Amino acid sequence: MCLGVPGKIVEIYENSGLQMGKIDFGGVTREACLAYVPEAKVGDYTLIHVGFALNLISEEEAQETLDLLRQISDLDQELGQENSTAPQASAAVLDQKTDE
Amino acid sequence: MKHLSEYRDAHLVHAIAAEIRKTVTRPWVLMEICGGQTHAIMRYGLDQLLPPEIELVHGPGCPVCVTSLELIDKSLAIASQPGVIFTSYGDMLRVPGSHRDLFSVRAAGGDVRVVYSPLDAIQIAQKNPDKQVVFFAIGFETTAPANAMSVLQAHSLGLENFSVLVSHVRVPPAMHAILSSPQNRVQGFLAAGHVCAVMGYWEYPPIAKKYAVPVVVTGFEPVDILQGILMTVRLLENGQVSVENAYKRTVTFEGNQPAQGVINQVFMECDRKWRGIGMIPASGWCLRPEYAAFDAEQRFQVNQIQPAESPICIAGQILQGLKKPDQCPAFGGECTPQNPLGATMVSSEGACAAYYRYRAGLQV
Repeated sequence: MCLGVPGKIVEIYENSGLQMGKIDFGGVTREACLAYVPEAKVGDYTLIHVGFALNLISEEEAQETLDLLRQISDLDQELGQENSTAPQASAAVLDQKTDE
Repeated sequence: MKHLSEYRDAHLVHAIAAEIRKTVTRPWVLMEICGGQTHAIMRYGLDQLLPPEIELVHGPGCPVCVTSLELIDKSLAIASQPGVIFTSYGDMLRVPGSHRDLFSVRAAGGDVRVVYSPLDAIQIAQKNPDKQVVFFAIGFETTAPANAMSVLQAHSLGLENFSVLVSHVRVPPAMHAILSSPQNRVQGFLAAGHVCAVMGYWEYPPIAKKYAVPVVVTGFEPVDILQGILMTVRLLENGQVSVENAYKRTVTFEGNQPAQGVINQVFMECDRKWRGIGMIPASGWCLRPEYAAFDAEQRFQVNQIQPAESPICIAGQILQGLKKPDQCPAFGGECTPQNPLGATMVSSEGACAAYYRYRAGLQV
């Protein structure tokens, strides 16, 4: 139930006194309430849960986190061997799975 | 999809797992609070990438699982009444009450409808002025902004045929309850990222300090979860007790202030009984007296409920991280998602359902 899904705001409008928006989830568009993200602009990414935007997703923070994690990844590759001893769990199929 | 696929990168996953293996020197028990995280861990096999020193125990963050049997039975009693349209998030329909579930009420002719958002329930109330529309307002802090807004909307639209059956629970009191139990084994917490998207994480430093456990705000994708585990293990190995954020793209320390404002406008703290766990003081939200007109428990007199729980089900111990689903004698035999004895076998966030779905071949 707490599985919010990120989506892109493609339209903002008002309905029954509430700020609403159309959200694009990788091709599927749904309506969501934007009352809790009054600063939202078209093009922003937001986390949607039970029809409400809970927050805007920070591009800057996302990039910073990924950069940091990729440093670990690069270092790991450079030093080499650790990965080869990793248990073969299902991470290989990660990309094939999609969320609801 | 942006902000999803980057965090499912197999190479990054393996690199972070390798870093965790390099960091760990002794056994640690971590609890992921949210059932959504439990499902992601099982689905992607993340626990199998971890060194044997790291044990993940599964927390109570499954709203469907912890909604008390009394409230489930009340929902069944209300939904069975003529002239009522009972609306709920989908997961609730298969949750076993004392004798039946909402699906069986629907099969018997009750008007039980699944809604995606509580605003859908508002629309149903507007379209059906001759019916009483009840929304089952369950959930943690993640659904509270939506559920609270539905009450404000009903109020401003002057809807007299809309009410909510409130079963809201909060994470921080549950952490207190788990950590103060003499049986507690949890040494570090992965805090539920989407709860924190709403509430921030200003409530956690006093908990971390009081019980000397690090808390790391953690997201839901494989890379997010492993990053949360890595940060927690680093803190534990360094003997640091602090609260950190591994989900910065979505969570700030303060959280969503407008959402917290509306929650506080509509709800107030109350004691709440958790299914399988018992009463936890000040662990719930209920309607403020100003909004009592929208309280389904007052509108429908359903107080003569005598709940009867399955004597076999160990969901309470599972929700507290004391046992794992496959330690239950009924797991996969008497108790399956098709015929659940307890709510943990039902929900897309229940630990038993996660083990059954992703580990059944290994465990049964």
